[in-house]
Amino acid sequence: MRPKLDPNGLQKTKAWEYLVRFVFGGVITALAGLAAKSWGPVIGGLFLAFPAILPASLTLVSQHDGRRRAIDAARGGRLGSLGLMAFAGVVWMTATRWPPVAVLVAATIAWMAIDGVLWAIRYGRKEQGS
Amino acid sequence: MLAELAVRFILGGLIVSLFSVTGELWKPKTFSGIFGAAPSVALASLALTFAKQGPPVVALLARSMVIGSVALYAYGAACVFATKQESWPVWLAALSSWLAWFAAAAAGLGASAALGARP
Repeated sequence: MRPKLDPNGLQKTKAWEYLVRFVFGGVITALAGLAAKSWGPVIGGLFLAFPAILPASLTLVSQHDGRRRAIDAARGGRLGSLGLMAFAGVVWMTATRWPPVAVLVAATIAWMAIDGVLWAIRYGRKEQGS
Repeated sequence: MLAELAVRFILGGLIVSLFSVTGELWKPKTFSGIFGAAPSVALASLALTFAKQGPPVVALLARSMVIGSVALYAYGAACVFATKQESWPVWLAALSSWLAWFAAAAAGLGASAALGARP
């Protein structure tokens, strides 16, 4: 099976749920900045991969679609961390050599590519017919 | 300082929301869940750091982010396990799994320091 676009997914989400995600994301980004300022980039960098949004997302998925789907979303998050490693690795290797926009675009492409390929390997066949 | 925090809050909130909405457009959930581990906080933070502190600091942040990503895998594994426990509400399972992230991040940082990789 291939991932499919499902615009109906957006209709399940209420305005306050978007607000929760906005606030979670904003607070964690601000805290990551504070951590880097207070303790330096070595500690601050850790928080760039902090699972800021996952608790809110999984809770909302469980409310809308049930626990089983929430477990699936957690599996997706676990797999997504591997793409995030690729993102971080690309930034680490290229930050001082390439222009900033090229660094961030290349890293984002690496994230998408790694996660897409790994998802196809891990779940592409398994989810056939589901 | 406050102005910078406000910019981080707004930019981070917007990018996280954008990835979140994008994730909801896809099914199955194993695929849409990938967007929960999107580099949303990282994109906002790294873009601002490029502008304010320059590429060497970005490289340092990214090196630690590799460790943070390994910790995120630990979080994901703990979260899958905890969410499967029917007696736990999902919100508690997902929030308590943060402990796995902190433990793995601390262990990774310690291992990195022991190997002499820390600046």
